Amino acid sequence: MRESRSALLGLQDPAPPSYARLSVLGLLILLTLLLLIFRLWQLQGIEGERFRALSENNRLRLKRTPPLRGIIYDREMRVLVDNRPAFNVVLVPEDVGDVKATLSTLSGYLTENTLFSGDSPPRDPRRPPYQGIVLAKDVSRDALVAVEAHQMEIPGVSVEVSSKRLYPPDGFAAHLLGYVGEVNSREMDRFPSYRLGDFIGKFGIEKRWEKKLRGQGGGQQIEVDASGQRLRVLGEAEATAGQSLVLTLNADLQQKAEAALQDKEGAIVVLEVHTGEVLALVSHPTFDPNLFARGIRSDEWRSLIEDPLRPLNDRAIQGQYPPGSTFKVMMAAAALEKKVLTPSTRFHCSGGLQFGSHFFHCWKKGGHGSLDLQQAIAHSCDVYFYQVGQRLGIQGIAEYARLFGLGTPLGIELDHEASGLIPDAGWKRRTLGSAWLSGETLSVVIGQGYVTATPLQMAVVAATVANGGTVYRPHLVKRTLGANGETIEENSPEVIRETKIDPRVLQLVRDGMHDVVNSKTGTGRKAQLPDILVAGKTGTSQVISGTRGKGKILPRQYRDHAWFIAFAPADAPEVAMACLIEHAGAGGGQVAAPVARDVLDMYFNITRSDRHRKSDVR
Amino acid sequence: MFDRRFLAHFDWVLLLLVLALLGIGILGVYSATYGGGRHLSPLAIRQLSWAGLGVVGMVIAFAVDYRQFERLGYLFYGLTLVFLLMVPVLGSFGGGARRWINLGVFSLQPSELAKISLLLVLARYFHRVILPQGYGIRELLYPGLLVALPAGLVLAEPNLGTATILGLLFLTIIFTAGVRLSSLTFLGIAAGGVLPLLWRHMKPYQKQRILSFLHPDADPLGTGYHMIQSKITIGSGMFWGKGFLQGTQNRLDFLPEKHTDFIFAVLAEEWGFIGICILFLLYGALLARLLVIAWKARDRFGSLVAVGGAAIVFWQLLINIGMNIGILPVVGVPLPLLSYGGSSLLTMMITMGLALNVSTRRFLF
Repeated sequence: MRESRSALLGLQDPAPPSYARLSVLGLLILLTLLLLIFRLWQLQGIEGERFRALSENNRLRLKRTPPLRGIIYDREMRVLVDNRPAFNVVLVPEDVGDVKATLSTLSGYLTENTLFSGDSPPRDPRRPPYQGIVLAKDVSRDALVAVEAHQMEIPGVSVEVSSKRLYPPDGFAAHLLGYVGEVNSREMDRFPSYRLGDFIGKFGIEKRWEKKLRGQGGGQQIEVDASGQRLRVLGEAEATAGQSLVLTLNADLQQKAEAALQDKEGAIVVLEVHTGEVLALVSHPTFDPNLFARGIRSDEWRSLIEDPLRPLNDRAIQGQYPPGSTFKVMMAAAALEKKVLTPSTRFHCSGGLQFGSHFFHCWKKGGHGSLDLQQAIAHSCDVYFYQVGQRLGIQGIAEYARLFGLGTPLGIELDHEASGLIPDAGWKRRTLGSAWLSGETLSVVIGQGYVTATPLQMAVVAATVANGGTVYRPHLVKRTLGANGETIEENSPEVIRETKIDPRVLQLVRDGMHDVVNSKTGTGRKAQLPDILVAGKTGTSQVISGTRGKGKILPRQYRDHAWFIAFAPADAPEVAMACLIEHAGAGGGQVAAPVARDVLDMYFNITRSDRHRKSDVR
Repeated sequence: MFDRRFLAHFDWVLLLLVLALLGIGILGVYSATYGGGRHLSPLAIRQLSWAGLGVVGMVIAFAVDYRQFERLGYLFYGLTLVFLLMVPVLGSFGGGARRWINLGVFSLQPSELAKISLLLVLARYFHRVILPQGYGIRELLYPGLLVALPAGLVLAEPNLGTATILGLLFLTIIFTAGVRLSSLTFLGIAAGGVLPLLWRHMKPYQKQRILSFLHPDADPLGTGYHMIQSKITIGSGMFWGKGFLQGTQNRLDFLPEKHTDFIFAVLAEEWGFIGICILFLLYGALLARLLVIAWKARDRFGSLVAVGGAAIVFWQLLINIGMNIGILPVVGVPLPLLSYGGSSLLTMMITMGLALNVSTRRFLF
């Protein structure tokens, strides 16, 4: 008989199931439930914090609102760099059924090429769902209208507004203003707050003043549902617009200076004598920063890079040229300060000077005859300054050149400023490994040989002579403005050093420079203005030796550079400038002085509203 | 027929456990379908009416002497097969498969009814065929056919989840009825051999679910999404939960299928580990009660019916929670008594009614 509880109780055939198996089943169930509870403890207890954070991430989206970049004004509050709206066509893949069909429909409306084609957009694992992908950047107005009008036929495609930088046309002040471009990975490492697609200053003021111009990005914390639909704004931080910059630049003067260099390569720097404010800073040829702001194409980039005239090069502060005879201005002051001669010391110029085995020519073949220091400046007599150089020695020369700011960057608010070079014995030993030759001193004293300077440095030299010996740091940004136009930061003039040169010495140098322009035989007479006394100094610097005066027969890269540095009015200086014409193939008096005159003429037209012009024609 | 002993021996414990779980389920569906405002969502109202209908089903299953069901087992079984055969012809679509047939006022999933029918005929078979030395493969051929017919039809719908439950119900019943362990081992090996065949005949979406169970991060926006979001939902509830109607994963729709297959995650998010422990205590007590009923049942049929009821509750619980917490692949199996869904709720209530029946009538004859 079967063994069962019922049977034992004497009841009829119920034959219940095996109690052992029921117990096993009960145990199995118990163990399973414990296992599930254990796993739940793992999820909710041990890993709970992490999952809580993930669930917050799920529902919270941070929508960044980019700040509006600061505007750049000239000193008269004329807008130089502005922002403009740019329209991007954006596609949300989750809302598009057939990407291929959408793209082909879209291509009928867009004149621009879309950033991708094919049947699926590029997969970006970091893109949250329902975040748009930019299809075409900065589309034309016609394309914008077409896309908006056909919205119904292309679901998932929309137009997004962003802001783009707008630079003045024709490459106006391009080297100085610089440009912005999309941030690259190196920059993102340095500035962690930037995201892919953000714009950052790459060059010029835009780069150097990035922190002020950019402002503070804002954001909205949005609660979204699983389909990315925004439900409500949980928190909001307004974006703060970047500060605007008021430059020291005068747009009219800059324009005129650029026009004066139109068919030449070179640079013009105009400074206010008593502050170091930069009124114009020109490098020519120039380029269009708007190419960079909208994203430069590789062929455009290549043509800029491969242009033999190197338009991207900022000749005004990056270009380093032998200063030629403009250097003599400092040498004259050095000679008097070091008392190696007096104003009345005379030397005779017979067209050259025998020094050791070498004959050093004067630029004037027949020689200048006998002259004193002031005449030597006026006529730029090389032989006179050979004498000066011999007496000063290379160390004396270097000391005074550096006193005027040469050989080191002046610290203008631009990243790409070059230092120029003032050589001395120590420098030659260090870099060339050989001893200084006294013959080399004679080259240096007339601004040849190893010595180089930037046009900015030479403008500062002119300003320093003009203002009585104070070296001001040239500066570009007068003040920064907040969103409501209130001044946030005022940049006052900064003195690099007082040269402490005897005022009488500088007066004599200024007199010499006055004669350069105004005496009957001065080398810079073409800089004369009818109503304003201009003082200046010409310079012609050789690129290779022995070519002086060979003019335009030589290939361009061997032709002389033409210099003119000036200040005006000669008796009460306000403005100083340097003008360099690269590979002009003619003397500074011939080529650079007339350009300087045009610029100064414009300066006085601007500053002297009552200026009655004696004549427009010369 | 109405005996005073009826009230005295009525299994209040089982009834209270069932009603408590039913109540939790309605709260869960209410929260999962809450759209703001003071109104019940249409789905919550429907679940409430299904619960009402379920209570009626339970009362009927309880009121009739369960030995009548033994007799009627094959009638139900036959009807179920007819319904299942009608599904491919008349059935309506849902979730990528034809599973429902429309009965005018409501639609029914015959696959759910198949659980009760199978339970009845299997219990009847093992009630009548008694082998003290245990059942071998030969004796299992007939009950095997009994499960294979509905399971095959359900699998063809396709409804892998319910077919799995039918199979597991079969295994649990033969195990308790006394299948020889050697035969059980043989069955296990045979099943292992069939699995690759099954894999080949699976629908792509079913394969995808299993693949994404193995590698949920491979396609976080596709099929892996369920698994990842479900784990986030449960885990983010932490110990105390986010509070009733406060679950962000739930309310912001990050959790798909939340009122049906993922109702557990909704509860876990809003009530936390503490709430889940209470839920487990209730389920544990329910299962224990069903096993006790099986243990004490008056006859073998009643005992196996109670075991079958426990098996359905247990396996659905395991598979559903297993997929909610990411230890089992996503197959559509409702959480017993809690998930939204009329057929499944009705089936559970009838099954519980049968268990009540067995429990109460053990003294009556």
